Amino acid sequence: MAEAIAERTAAAVPGSDGAPLLVVRGLNAWYGESHVLHGVDFDVIGGEVVTLLGRNGAGKTTTLRSIMGMVPRRQGSVLFEGAETIGLASNRIAQRGIAYCPEERGIFASLDVEENLLLPPVVRDGGLSVDEIYALFPNLRERRGSQGTKLSGGEQQMLAIGRILRTGARMLLLDEPTEGLAPVIVQQIGRTIARLKASGFTILLVEQNFRFAATVADRHYVIEHGRVADMIRNDQLDANMNKLHDYLGV
Amino acid sequence: MTEIFGVPTQALFGQLLIGLINGAFYALLSLGLAVIFGLLNIINFAHGAQYMMGAFCAWLLLEYWGVGYWWSLLLAPIAVGVTGVVIERTMLSRLYKLDHLYGLLLTFGIALIFQGLFTQHYGSSGQPYRLPTEFSGGYNLGFMFLPKYRAWVIVASLVVCLSTWYVIERTKLGSYLRAATENPSLVQAFGINVPRMITLTYGFGVGLAALAGVMAAPIYQVSPQMGANLIIVVFAVVVIGGMGSILGAILTGFGLGVIEGLTKVFYPEASNTVIFVIMVLVLLVKPAGMFGRER
Ligand SMILES: Nc1ncnc2c1ncn2[C@@H]1O[C@H](COP(=O)(O)OP(=O)(O)OP(=O)(O)O)[C@@H](O)[C@H]1O
Ligand SMILES: [Mg+2]
Repeated sequence: MAEAIAERTAAAVPGSDGAPLLVVRGLNAWYGESHVLHGVDFDVIGGEVVTLLGRNGAGKTTTLRSIMGMVPRRQGSVLFEGAETIGLASNRIAQRGIAYCPEERGIFASLDVEENLLLPPVVRDGGLSVDEIYALFPNLRERRGSQGTKLSGGEQQMLAIGRILRTGARMLLLDEPTEGLAPVIVQQIGRTIARLKASGFTILLVEQNFRFAATVADRHYVIEHGRVADMIRNDQLDANMNKLHDYLGV
Repeated sequence: MTEIFGVPTQALFGQLLIGLINGAFYALLSLGLAVIFGLLNIINFAHGAQYMMGAFCAWLLLEYWGVGYWWSLLLAPIAVGVTGVVIERTMLSRLYKLDHLYGLLLTFGIALIFQGLFTQHYGSSGQPYRLPTEFSGGYNLGFMFLPKYRAWVIVASLVVCLSTWYVIERTKLGSYLRAATENPSLVQAFGINVPRMITLTYGFGVGLAALAGVMAAPIYQVSPQMGANLIIVVFAVVVIGGMGSILGAILTGFGLGVIEGLTKVFYPEASNTVIFVIMVLVLLVKPAGMFGRER
């Protein structure tokens, strides 16, 4: 399995030369009257794992949903592979090669596990095959015929991640994949993220749990009140621990 | 064996057949409503008018262009379905963010406009639609005589209903539909053009109503009010079956047609109200309907 994914490392990763794959500038977003993002700026370089940290309600989920075109109104600039996506409908953004795994997981109750897995259409070559996904998450193979929402929380999270690996999207937006899960499952998800990174995926990860974030990420952006308050490289995390505690209020 | 519970078998089977025929139309119409409600969250009050337009379309095709029944079965649903697509694109699509009630009011208004236009042009009296010659005659089943066309309506309705059920519940396309019914914005964020899917689904549901209209044309008179009378019963059927449930719509449609027919034999006084009585009872016991899920 590791080899199956590793083979793809050789494939050219757009932006792996250190150029940003995703450039977010002056991103604003609204839910009705309430103005939630007030000019978010950050970059993600191809092949990186970057986290968005921040307190509850800071705007992390909204940032991902805005990149994905899923908020009612947004402004600013989101460049993906150098092309502007801010004006596109979310289905067009997905077809550019960005895939989204929502915080609430979004497993469909009226679909069985395999139907859930096969739901997102393939947008590019180079996605994982169904067998590779089952090898990554063996539980899913055993439960392929079960109703999607009958799975345990951990299995649902694996399904939510697994199904976007098929699409060939190289940029993954993962919203709190470890939320509410047992430590062993958190570790399994951590290993999965590390493998995906090793095989060239670029990952933007929302996390509350910065101890987990520190084990997988290259850089962290701190979101506060709908803005980026700070950027911390993972190797400087220890030196910035006090500052981070202040930001997160832990 | 010429009597059951004091009722002549001839009369019993006759009413049973009428019940099945009515049930076939209830099923087709409530299926379309269920499909539309599932994805659009709109109660399509124009459904009866669109059924009527299907019948009129067949009648006009025959009267003015000499286009026969079989072609009408294909052309009328497409033509009426296209008007549905236009209505969805230009009007309904603006209402999705608002309360259910707006869609209901809009489609109700559209129904009144269509019925008014047809009444103005063709008068309110019914037009007969000539039965295609291949359907004259019938089968003698021993215990009753089964007219060919009636048999065809039951079989065709069953085939259309079950195919629709199969596509929605068992195919890839259906998995998109089911998923979009649950969470349209996530399905769209996976790269699927959900707005287009919604438009086509409305067109399909409307086309089903028109198909029922074409099938009804040789049995009932083609008149501007034909849908208005039927649709009230169909809404009761949908409420009993459970809004949005595909299989529920089909089973309840046929089942209630039969119950209505049997009531006509055993207690004729109640035959016009039995469906509404059942509706009240079901609502008291299971507010979401027999096959519906609580939302
Ligand atoms: N659908 C919505 N309608 C209105 N307001 C919303 C909606 N979703 C989020 N908000 C508001 O927007 C702000 C940012 O929410 P968001 O979900 O982006 O925060 P978050 O950083 O992901 O928080 P958490 O860590 O709790 O997931 C919050 O104040 C929230 O109340
Ligand atoms: Mg969130």
